[in-house]
Amino acid sequence: MTEATQIDGARVNRLRAGLKRRYARERRFRAYGLLAIAVAVGFLLLLLGRIVEQGHTAFYTHTMTAPVYMDPARVDRAYPQGTNFEQLVAEQQLRRLGVVDDAQGTKASAMRGLFSSELKFVAAELITRQPGLVGQTVTLSAPLSDDADLYLKGEISKDTPAEQRRLSDEQIAWLDRMDAGGQIAAHFNTGLFTKGDSTEPELAGVLGAVIGSALMLLVTALIAIPLGVGAAVYLEEFAPRNRLTDLIEVNINNLAAVPSIIYGLLGLALFINWMHLPRASPLVGGLVLALMALPTIIIATRSSLKAVPPSIREAALAMGASKTQTVFQHTLPLAMPGVMTGAIISMAHALGETAPLLLIGMVSFVPGLPHSLVEPTGALPSLVYIWENASERAFHERTAAAILVLLAFMIVMNAAAIVLRRRFERRW
Amino acid sequence: MTWLFLLILIAAAVAAFLGGRALARRRSVGVRAHSRPAQHGAWALIWTAVPALSVLLAAAVFAPGVEQQLMAAGAPEAVQELEPFRRQAFYADAAAVGAGRPAAQIWPAPYAELLPAEGRRAARIHLMLSLGGWVAALLAAALGALYVFGRIRPDLRARNRVEGWIVGALFACSAVAVLTTLGIVASLVLDSTRFFASVPIAEFLFGSQWSPQTAIRADQVGSTGAFGALPLFAGTFLIMLIAMAVAAPVGLFSAIYLSEYAGPAFRATVKPVLEILAGVPTVVYGFFAALTVGPALRGFFNGLGALLAGGPLDPVGQYLMLVQNQMALVAGGVMGIMLIPFVSSLSDDIINAVPQSLRDGSYAMGATKSETVSRVLLPAALPGVAGAMLLAVSRAIGETMIVTMAAGLAARLTLNPLDTVTTVTVQIVTLLTGDQEFDSPKTLAAFGLGLTLFVVTLLLNIVAQRIVITYRQQYD
Repeated sequence: MTEATQIDGARVNRLRAGLKRRYARERRFRAYGLLAIAVAVGFLLLLLGRIVEQGHTAFYTHTMTAPVYMDPARVDRAYPQGTNFEQLVAEQQLRRLGVVDDAQGTKASAMRGLFSSELKFVAAELITRQPGLVGQTVTLSAPLSDDADLYLKGEISKDTPAEQRRLSDEQIAWLDRMDAGGQIAAHFNTGLFTKGDSTEPELAGVLGAVIGSALMLLVTALIAIPLGVGAAVYLEEFAPRNRLTDLIEVNINNLAAVPSIIYGLLGLALFINWMHLPRASPLVGGLVLALMALPTIIIATRSSLKAVPPSIREAALAMGASKTQTVFQHTLPLAMPGVMTGAIISMAHALGETAPLLLIGMVSFVPGLPHSLVEPTGALPSLVYIWENASERAFHERTAAAILVLLAFMIVMNAAAIVLRRRFERRW
Repeated sequence: MTWLFLLILIAAAVAAFLGGRALARRRSVGVRAHSRPAQHGAWALIWTAVPALSVLLAAAVFAPGVEQQLMAAGAPEAVQELEPFRRQAFYADAAAVGAGRPAAQIWPAPYAELLPAEGRRAARIHLMLSLGGWVAALLAAALGALYVFGRIRPDLRARNRVEGWIVGALFACSAVAVLTTLGIVASLVLDSTRFFASVPIAEFLFGSQWSPQTAIRADQVGSTGAFGALPLFAGTFLIMLIAMAVAAPVGLFSAIYLSEYAGPAFRATVKPVLEILAGVPTVVYGFFAALTVGPALRGFFNGLGALLAGGPLDPVGQYLMLVQNQMALVAGGVMGIMLIPFVSSLSDDIINAVPQSLRDGSYAMGATKSETVSRVLLPAALPGVAGAMLLAVSRAIGETMIVTMAAGLAARLTLNPLDTVTTVTVQIVTLLTGDQEFDSPKTLAAFGLGLTLFVVTLLLNIVAQRIVITYRQQYD
């Protein structure tokens, strides 16, 4: 009896020690799982945080306002566009700051580097409209140049050695004095949302790309949604089970996993080189994205058609409806919320797709706003790519801002899909 | 003009519908008709619209070719003498001038004077052809209507016929999916064969020199070693490995935690967050990699190198000090983050598909949760998880934007994650976004790479899907 108890005691001790180890391992395992989730969520926060951090400064900008004497000796009344307004303003600004220029005019050109070339167009337009202003003093305002803007936003620091920054000590001192004199005002950057792309960062906006993306998605939606729903209805409701439909089914699953760049190659070879559709146009972009979105829409539509119980179909057929009437008057309307949710999500996905757009030519600079389906345009994701590649530092904040605009559109679309699902989805 | 004719056509179709319906009503007075009047109307509509649309489609396909033939036939001698490429450009500009748009380039003396006249001719030919197309379309519509109106009778099985057309149209929709695949295969294969005509396929697959830029010169077309894609495959493989080293453990562990440990509330918050990670466009990941992760990692390694330099590990230190933003680790790591939600959601499905009885059996034997997961669930789910990983690998190989923005262009045969490497997708983008000469081996090489990429990802997908499907059936 005692012997047996002793053995049991040893065993229990061993088991206890083992149990402790096993529980420790259990806790560790659990911690790994939590850690993995923390890593994923942490990266998402880091990603979004960095983009907001880099991009928020692009949403405001600085404008210089200066009284300008429209010197009759310098302003060309007959052809105001030919006047060198920038030089005129720069010289007057220097005089106001009490700086004497040298013979080469280096100070004036340094001053000209502080404000945007937009000034020229503002002044020329003013004089064209009111030629009487020549000889008088008018108040002009124009955006600061990208570097001056960055300095005032604190992105260019005075502490950096002068040869490593894009503004000289002199220019910085002028900026500070102009700022102190109330000539410079910070305000919301409306230009970012009302202008097309430009080579000057301070004049570049996302509107052209937003319109381009919208035109492209319009083409995509008009093609992909009817085709996708039609294909899904056929496969789910009409298709006989045979080799051909099996082939189509396998095909669709594989198409959903084909890398997007392959669709770009297809678009280039088929739509541009073979059908001679215009390069970089929303039409071609929309067609390529439609082919890409098709499998996703088909799969989503099929699963929501599957969710409609067979009793609905049987009831309709029993009332004498034909197969087609059953599908179009009963099954499909009941599946519609799911279909639309899938369609919106795939459109949101198409909105962010970039690689195929690069291959069909949307990598080049397109100024202004698009006004047709067959002219070269930009798109939001390709604008992000173009701006990211630009050498001017001021484009970096604008790239992040463009990303925020892109993400905002995607969030709106996805939210719409979620609302649609919550409001209309039916559980059987 | 296009809109006017389109309007006429739509009006004709509507009229056919109304007319067909009215006719069916009139002819079936007092008789029991097989189909409802609206179905007769729909049948009439189909027979009006379909012939017209077919004619328009044919016109759209063949008109550009015919237009070019006509232009070439009547072209002045000076234009005839141009080399084919320039001649094409001249015709394109003539068409532009004819349509009232500015020419794309400034033409030298004899051509500049010819341009307005040729432009007028181009506009005339264009007008003639499009007018012809529309008139033919309307004629076809009229013929169709003539045929159909004669046949509307009470005993006509209009409903079955209309439904036959509808099913046919639906079938055509699903055939588009197959046509897309055929289109992909055809475009890749056609241009690849042209590429492989100048560069032997073995050299492309196994050559270790990749420098397509040097092959632009005519005397170097297909010169030895310029199109050896092995370094690209190695770079793609390296970046894929790094991505999977991040995505596989993180994705799998978060799937295990979510399916086995997490409560419903935790699951309901974390899953959407992971979905957001999956929904972020890849160009955003590329931006993040290029401007945040790259400089940060480079700063870290350069700093580490500065510490090591001069010590016993001097060569390592010297090397680390020269590490660049575009190292493989950056693109691979960020791609790994992108793949986390993909791996996690696939693994989640697969782990959930393991029957509860296996878990219960394991718990009844006194196993802890982690023991159940690692000794029962994972072995049971292994094929499925392997399939999921293969799908992720295929994604990683085909991913373009992250590597285009964050990886380098230097084709190098290396497995060092701190080196800059280039990938197949990066090269496709680089080859096709530069100059626009379409027949040089340089641009055709992109199609060779695309074909390779397509075949590899297709095989991976097929194998992975097969594994996942057989695995699911095992527990059904």
